Amino acid sequence: MTDVIAKRTLETIPIVPATEDVALYEIRKKIYPRAVHGAFARWRWAAIFATQIVYYGLPWLTWNGRQAVLFDLGARKFYIGGLVFWPQDVIYLAVLLILAALALFLFTTIAGRLWCGYACPQTVYTEIFLWIERKIEGDRLARIRLDAAPFSLEKLVIKGLKHSAWLAVALWTGYTFVGYFSPIREVGIRAITWQLGAWEAFWMVFYAVATWGNAGFMREQVCKYMCPYARFQSVMFDKDTLVITYDEKRGEPRGGRRKGSDPRAQGLGDCVDCNICVQVCPTGIDIRNGLQYECIGCAACIDGCDQVMDKMGYPKGLIRYTTQNALAKGYDTKTMWRRVLRFRTVIYSAVLLAVASAGAVSLATRNPLKVDILRDRGALAREASPGVIENVYRVQIMNTDETARRFSIRAEGFPGLEVVGVEQPVDLGPAQSRLLPVRLRAPAPDNVASLAKAEPHPIEFVVQALDDDKVVRHEKSTFIVPRQ
Amino acid sequence: MSDFTSDFWSVYVAGLTIASIVACGILLYVMGRMRVAKGKSPDTTGHVWDEDLAEYNNPLPRWWMWLFYITIAFGVLYLALYPGLGKVPGLLGWTSAEAYAKERTSFDKEVAPLYARYSGMDVPAIAKDPAARAIGERLFLNNCAQCHGSDAGGSKGYPSLRDADWLYGGEPAAINASITNGRNGVMPALGVSLGQPGVDNVVNYVRSLSGLPVDSLKAQLGKPVFMTNCAACHGADGKGNPALGAPNLADGTWLYGGSVAAITETVTKGRGDATAVVTRMPAHKDLLDPARIQILTAYVWGLSNRAK
Repeated sequence: MTDVIAKRTLETIPIVPATEDVALYEIRKKIYPRAVHGAFARWRWAAIFATQIVYYGLPWLTWNGRQAVLFDLGARKFYIGGLVFWPQDVIYLAVLLILAALALFLFTTIAGRLWCGYACPQTVYTEIFLWIERKIEGDRLARIRLDAAPFSLEKLVIKGLKHSAWLAVALWTGYTFVGYFSPIREVGIRAITWQLGAWEAFWMVFYAVATWGNAGFMREQVCKYMCPYARFQSVMFDKDTLVITYDEKRGEPRGGRRKGSDPRAQGLGDCVDCNICVQVCPTGIDIRNGLQYECIGCAACIDGCDQVMDKMGYPKGLIRYTTQNALAKGYDTKTMWRRVLRFRTVIYSAVLLAVASAGAVSLATRNPLKVDILRDRGALAREASPGVIENVYRVQIMNTDETARRFSIRAEGFPGLEVVGVEQPVDLGPAQSRLLPVRLRAPAPDNVASLAKAEPHPIEFVVQALDDDKVVRHEKSTFIVPRQ
Repeated sequence: MSDFTSDFWSVYVAGLTIASIVACGILLYVMGRMRVAKGKSPDTTGHVWDEDLAEYNNPLPRWWMWLFYITIAFGVLYLALYPGLGKVPGLLGWTSAEAYAKERTSFDKEVAPLYARYSGMDVPAIAKDPAARAIGERLFLNNCAQCHGSDAGGSKGYPSLRDADWLYGGEPAAINASITNGRNGVMPALGVSLGQPGVDNVVNYVRSLSGLPVDSLKAQLGKPVFMTNCAACHGADGKGNPALGAPNLADGTWLYGGSVAAITETVTKGRGDATAVVTRMPAHKDLLDPARIQILTAYVWGLSNRAK
């Protein structure tokens, strides 16, 4: 595996590979993260609950008698609350992705891989699966012992129980996923009665197996080998970025000591070399080796170390969120936090705010009416009766929101131009689209000076909702008068 | 079905494919067994860009290597089952033409019940059905609108299907026959046999039939010319003959225009040509099945009859 890293960072924060294996393909060493409690663990669980309540709960909400959030791929309509998005609204997806990217940049610049450590589904499901694993198999040591034990009925039962629980969570996750694309209650009924559509069943199982495999087996390998974000996030670090760091000056030289003895007298630093920080790490690294590309910034080592420091009667924070500058220049906490407000974070925040407000304004003032005009190309124009010219168009009217509306169609461009052959007003149901063949008729040229010329004349279709002045579209087209 | 006259390219492609797969396999095997001398750590590849960007050479996970092997196995299996190795057809005998035919058949089967609903109904009844009308409109826009216009109003040389004027008759059976077998109306060129004054006179007479302004003397002179040369198809009264597709010249509808210039051109040079595709109504029996043609018939019939 090769990866590009910035040597600027390398020189000051030593980045050390996790392994010294000499084969080109290394065998993974299974990691048994130890349970950890503390302030950051609570934050992590808060993030897990926040994201998962949204993920599992959203499809169950209803809005005006339909599922509140539903991405109906078949009908190409995407419902989010009171909003209905059509494929033509893909710009809003782009805005959302830009916002997500900018937010990632901003938070990474402020405090490193916050996304990875607290909110990424890979971390979240790994945490959930680890919790289940702990409940069934026990903590780190018990799990190591169980894996090392020879095959037995008890081992089979424990492992079976764990995988059943994992698969249950995974299947529910897959079911929820499908529920975003197909009404979740109906999918549930079809799943129980064994009548799922082939694609529904496929995606449910696929998503379940992916969850089970990624959170149960792949775990940190997804972050290490597969995740692109993990790689480019380090580019956004600078010397004022808060990263989880072991305070080498304070900790070294590390070593065991009796509780209550004076470390200075023994020539020791504050690190008691208990290895807790290594045992709790979900990616299996030793944070004391400095910033490493495997570190997902979950802060488990901070919680682990703080507990030990408490027990030893030392101040907390031997491992803590700090910046390179703070360590090197000895900033106090206040100075360090003040430096969060720097050129890049201000720029990122400003751009983020600008894009978010532009998106919100555009969304709020969106016209629910969309109109497309297509000229007939087989015959450009025709003479309906001597001197009377007709052009034919296909007018596609899309009533994108969930209000039934009646529309009038008229054409402007020169006097006497009229719409014929359409039953007006045109009725459109909620979120409905209609294609209408529309004829425009122009009076004989003798009556209208501007029409005498045999050439394309610029015109405008005006589609207007009868009950709402604001719902109107002007679409440009041309009216062609043929040579006689 | 080969695009080439000899087997050379087939053998070339197959040989290249097999050689590449074998080479990938060997490379993978060798790299999998390779050991790198323990030493400097962290190990970089030695590549440096932009003055200080270095590249690490960390080992891949072993399962990644198995993924490569699985890819090779998949490739070999795929090439054995499907046509991919030059001209080798593959064990399954799969062809894209057959896959298309299969999909087509299954689609037809899927929509068959939609059309079955209308199989027993007569055309006026189908024309009244809104769902059938929606299907008909879509069929019309896809198959007919290029010439007859999206609104079925026609244009020069292509009759309007909205009015009550029919070249070959407006009964459902006649419309169905027009769509199924096509139509080919030919007006012979009469310029040479009639001479310039003859054409002039007959044009004036023809215009007089529908009450357009004419030179009455010329129209009078044109009448015998019409009876001799035109009446055989268009009828003595000029009202046309649906059996031949000869248009009615006494109504206000003009397929190629009603101006003196347009009618003169029609009489002089004739209209339509047995060999010209563009002026011919093509047969649709090979493009649309009878069930679709029936719904299309009802749609077209309904354009001029439904309102009443």
